[in-house]
Amino acid sequence: MSTPYQPRPYEPSDIQRERIAYRRRQTIRSVLLSALSTLVVGIALAYAVTGSPGWERVKSSFFDPEIARKYLPDILQGLWLNIRLLVVCTLAALLLGLLIAVLRTLRGAVFFPVRALATGYTYAFRGLPLIIVLYVFTFGVPGLRLQGMPSVLVLGGAALVIVYGAYLAEVFRAGIESVHPSQLAAARSLGLTYRQTMRHVVLPQAVRRVTPPLLNDVVALQKDVGLVSLAGPIDAVRAAQIATAQDANFTPYIVAGVLFVLLALPLIGITDWVTLRAARRQSAGS
Amino acid sequence: MLLSCQNVRKTFGTNLVLDDLSLEVDEHEVVALIGASGSGKSTLLRCVNLLTGIDDGVIRLDGEDITDPRADPDLVRRRIGMVFQSYNLFPHMTVLRNVTLAPDKVHKRAAAESRDQAMEWLSRVGLADKADSYPDRLSGGQQQRVAIVRALVNNPRLLLLDEVTSALDPELVGEVLTMIRGLKDDGTTMVLATHEMGFARQVADRVVFLDGGRIIEAGPPSQVLGDPVEPRTRQFLARIIEAGRL
Repeated sequence: MSTPYQPRPYEPSDIQRERIAYRRRQTIRSVLLSALSTLVVGIALAYAVTGSPGWERVKSSFFDPEIARKYLPDILQGLWLNIRLLVVCTLAALLLGLLIAVLRTLRGAVFFPVRALATGYTYAFRGLPLIIVLYVFTFGVPGLRLQGMPSVLVLGGAALVIVYGAYLAEVFRAGIESVHPSQLAAARSLGLTYRQTMRHVVLPQAVRRVTPPLLNDVVALQKDVGLVSLAGPIDAVRAAQIATAQDANFTPYIVAGVLFVLLALPLIGITDWVTLRAARRQSAGS
Repeated sequence: MLLSCQNVRKTFGTNLVLDDLSLEVDEHEVVALIGASGSGKSTLLRCVNLLTGIDDGVIRLDGEDITDPRADPDLVRRRIGMVFQSYNLFPHMTVLRNVTLAPDKVHKRAAAESRDQAMEWLSRVGLADKADSYPDRLSGGQQQRVAIVRALVNNPRLLLLDEVTSALDPELVGEVLTMIRGLKDDGTTMVLATHEMGFARQVADRVVFLDGGRIIEAGPPSQVLGDPVEPRTRQFLARIIEAGRL
């Protein structure tokens, strides 16, 4: 509609050129300054640690490359258990949490027991220490001596899923409640049923909004899956503990710790990226 | 008669919002509800669309009592389109998906059919090139036109418009009003709550002035807006003129 607009060729004014030059000088200065301060702090720290009287002892009992190499396979084998358990438990806990959150939104007298049960569940399992739930599941449940009792590993996994499901349910619920009622009104006014409204309008927006806190809980779960070793299965930390007892050297713990951090890095990276993207989207749109 | 509200009463707590209100709307008729904020305009529209229940009275659509607790609200709403003040487009869906969602999921039309129909409507209102954009890339006026299209593709018997230009910048009001004028020419039955007196005068067959949840005065726009009988209508219009909105 509008007439074609021809922008005039643009040349920054002298004052703008001076500003650009000033900002560039400031940038170079701050980069140099941060490099220098990092170097100073690094040297000071290294000197304080390696110059300490007990450093030689600590170095040999925590950072022994021989021991690290010797026990790495055992620890990796334990870590493989962590990874498998993490993947299965994450998926199961996300599904359980979503289900519970949706059940808690149901209105109507018929759904009272479902709603009450879902609410009671989130209250109970967010309050209960994970270790107690683990013991009850892995030692208590097999005590029933029922036919077809699953392995301790499966029971431990179930305990993790049930505890984390309660946390994730609350995160999902917060997301569902953050979707403005006008969105529901718009969907229902189009003739969509409650189910269709949830499925197509509310949940997609809710899940997008709570992805960062959900991933945060997954990172926490990553560390807690190792607790199943309390009931017998050998995870990375337990493998490190056994190795430490054999040679009276703590290096295996350091190895396990480094592996855990490496395992968490991609997940933390994804969390940061998702958070950043959400923040950017929010500031871009109205 | 397409819509009939008889002795409708609605309260929010101790607040009486609709007080023994009766209103009838014929097919192809355009009724404009005017009145101050809190006079019950929006509440009446929400009651007709069953977004909120009524406390007494009967609302009939095509003769059927839709306020009967045994009536299925989802089936009733399929026959009524509603457009909101703040557009309420679904922000996670493209314009096209916003428009085709109900035809696909509620009316179970074939995907190609609902798509073609949506594109036809979007072209008609000059938004075909926005079909794949997300709502936050559109101006308020464009969003509101999409919202109207979203309601219309379901071929509603009745279209409810709740202050659809109130959230718009002044220079964007015109494009939405032009679109509604086109709908009137198509014979769409509409009930619209509005603050745009000039527009009510142009487009409405009947203007209804509400105050305190009651109909104070109703009649042709020239009479209600030009030569009101009731003192309260005069008072209201005087305030509007003072604010430079008429």
